[in-house]
Amino acid sequence: MGTETVSTKTMTYAQAICDGLAVEMRRDPDVYVVGEDVGMFGGGLGVTLGLLEEFGPRRVRDTPLSETAIVGHAVGAAAAGLRPVAEIMFDDFLGIVMDELGNQAAKARYMFGGKVKIPMVLRASCGAGIRAAAQHSQSLEAWCAHVPGLKTVAPSTPADAKGLIIAAIRDNNPVVFLEHKILLGVTGDVPEGEYIVPLGKAAIKRKGDDVTLVTWSAMVPQAERAAELLAEQGVSAEVIDLRTIVPLDKEAILESVAKTHRLVIVHEAVRTGGFGGEIAALVADEGFDLLDSPIKRVTAPDTPVPFSPVLEDAYLPGAENIAAAVLELM
Amino acid sequence: MPVTTLVSYSVQRVEVMDVDGEVDASLMPALSPERITALYEVMVLTRVFDERMLKLQRQGRLGTFARVAGQEGAHVGAAFALADEDWMVPAFREAGAFLLRGMKMENFLQYWGGDERGNVFPEGVRMLPASIPVGTHMLHAAGLGWAMKKKGERSAVLTVFGEGATSEGDFSEAMNFAAVFQCPVVFFCQNNQWAISVPYHKQSQACTVAQKALGYGMPGTQVDGNDVFAVYKTVSDALENARNGGGPALIEAHTYRVTDHTTADDARRYREDAEVEEWRERDPIERLSRYMKKNGLLDDAGETAVREGAVAKVVEAVTAFELMEPPPPEEVFAHVFAEITPPLAEQRDRLLRRLEGRE
Repeated sequence: MGTETVSTKTMTYAQAICDGLAVEMRRDPDVYVVGEDVGMFGGGLGVTLGLLEEFGPRRVRDTPLSETAIVGHAVGAAAAGLRPVAEIMFDDFLGIVMDELGNQAAKARYMFGGKVKIPMVLRASCGAGIRAAAQHSQSLEAWCAHVPGLKTVAPSTPADAKGLIIAAIRDNNPVVFLEHKILLGVTGDVPEGEYIVPLGKAAIKRKGDDVTLVTWSAMVPQAERAAELLAEQGVSAEVIDLRTIVPLDKEAILESVAKTHRLVIVHEAVRTGGFGGEIAALVADEGFDLLDSPIKRVTAPDTPVPFSPVLEDAYLPGAENIAAAVLELM
Repeated sequence: MPVTTLVSYSVQRVEVMDVDGEVDASLMPALSPERITALYEVMVLTRVFDERMLKLQRQGRLGTFARVAGQEGAHVGAAFALADEDWMVPAFREAGAFLLRGMKMENFLQYWGGDERGNVFPEGVRMLPASIPVGTHMLHAAGLGWAMKKKGERSAVLTVFGEGATSEGDFSEAMNFAAVFQCPVVFFCQNNQWAISVPYHKQSQACTVAQKALGYGMPGTQVDGNDVFAVYKTVSDALENARNGGGPALIEAHTYRVTDHTTADDARRYREDAEVEEWRERDPIERLSRYMKKNGLLDDAGETAVREGAVAKVVEAVTAFELMEPPPPEEVFAHVFAEITPPLAEQRDRLLRRLEGRE
C-alpha cells in the first residue's frame, strides 16, 4: 500500500451515481445515457441532473414514454459497440421490459455463440419508504438474479454507488443497477475521479464474532444500527453488504459464518422467492457444519407494499426486527 | 365551427415486373446482367436449400425450422439491396438473406440443428442472428440505427418481420423510436398473409400494413413481394434515403406463405389448397426466370445448370454439417458472461467432475 491519499468529496448517493456516469462519459465516447426524462428533467428521480448540460442531447437522450424501446434499442446499440446506460425510473417497470432484458439482453451472447456482446446497464430505482404504493416500491433483485446472463447490483453507500456504476458500465455484460429511493439523498465521502468497486465483491461493514448479518441496499444501514443495538447487549454482529447480488461473493459469506457460526439474512424484498432463500440454501449446503443455530431471515412480508404510511412503516424490516431475530438465536 | 381535414393519406403499391416477366422500363432498377444473374442464383439456391432442409427435418437430421419457399422475392430482394456496411436484423424466415450476407450454409444448418455455435458469423458481417421470439428484434434494429447515427456512419439497418409481428407492442415502440430519432432503419414486413393459422384479416383491420407507417410519421409503401425487382428497387431507395439522413421507412412486401408455418405445422388444417395454388402461380423465381429468358440472360440449359450448381453446393454443405462434432458438455457454461463468474466456474467444474465419475 502506498501513502497516497485519495481525495474525496461529500455528495449524495444520487450525485455519486451521476459523478460515476460523468466520469465514464468523459472517458469513453461510446457511453450514453438514455431514458424518459433523463435529460431536461435530470432523471425520473434526479440522478442524471447536469449531464445534459455537459454532454448534450445526443449522449443524454430523452426518449418517448416507451420502456420496451429504451431497453430494446439499448440491446441493439450495445451490439453495435455502444455502451448504453438506460434508465427505466422504477424497477417495478421490469415487468414491461422483461422480454428485452431477460430474453434478449441476457441471452444474446449465449445464443449467438459468444459473438455478440451486450455491454449495457439498466438503471432503475427500487425499494419502499417514500409512500409510493404497491406499484412503485418493490425490491425485485431476485427477478433479475433468476436470469442467467444478467448481473445485478444494489449499492448501499454513495461511494459504492459511484464505484459500482463505473464497474457496471465497463463490464461487457448486461448489468441491472438498482438504486434505492430512500438512499438517493444520503450523503457520504466519495473518492474523486475514476473510482471502481469491482462487481462480485461484498463489503464487511462491521466486524463481529457472534453472528453474521448478510444484507444489501437500504437494509445495510438498518443492519448496522441493529449491530449497535446488539453490542449494547453484549452481542457482536458482523455486517456484510453484498453490494452485488450476481455474481454472489459466497466466500465472504462462508468465511464470516465460519467465524460467527450464526447467520441472519436481511432484505427488503418479500420473503417467498427472495434472494435470502438462495443465501440460506448456499450456507445450508456448503456451511452446514459451521452453524450453531438455524438460519434466520428478516424480510418484508409476502404482501404488496402498502400505501398507508402506518402500514408501510410496519411492513419494512428495521433495526429492531433484526436485533430481535438475532437474539432468538443467542 | 369549421371541420377541417388535417391529414389525409394514400398508400402506394409498387410493381415492376408482372407474372409473365414483363417489366415497366420506367420503374426497372439499374441492375447489370451479372447482378440479375447473381440474384437469380441466390434465389434458386435458397429454394433448393429450403427443400433439402425439409427432407433433413423429416428424416430427423434437423430440428424444427421455418420454410422460406415462395418468399425468395421478398427477403432475398430486400437483402440484395444492402451494402456491406449496412446491418440486417432478421426474424426467422429469411434463409436466403443469411446466405447472401455471408453465412456459411453448414453453419446455418448447424444452428437449426441445435448448435448455437452456428450463429457465429464470419468477422465483419453486419447481421444479427435469427430472432425466434416475434417482433423483439425490431427494437434492436432501432438501436443499431441509433448507433449508426451516433457514430456518424453512412450506413442503414434493414429489419425483417412478418405481419403477425405488427400486432406486438414492440412494433409500435420500435417504429416510434426510430421515427422520433430519425434512425436510418428500413422496416421490411413480409406480409405472407398467415401468422401460423391466423389470416391477415383477423390480424388487422388495416387495409395494408404499409399504412401503419403514417401513424409514426414515416413513409409506408406496399410492394408486390413476389416481384423481386419491385422489392429491390423500393428497399434500395429507402436504404439510400436512410443513409442520407432521411429517416426510417416501412415497406410491406405483399407475398404469401405457400408452405406450412414451420415444419411443426400442417397448414391444410386451416386454409384451402386453392388459395395456395393461386399464389404458386405467382412464384417469384419463375417470374424472374421468365424475364431473364425474354432478355437473353438465361436459357433452359442455363436454368438446369443453376439448379444443379445449387444442389451441389447444398450437398456439400450438408456433408460438412453432418461431420461437425457436437459441442462438449461444458460448453453450456461458455458465453453466459464475457468472463465466467466464480459461481458458474464452480458449477462447470462440478459438472466435469461428475462426467469424469469423480463425484
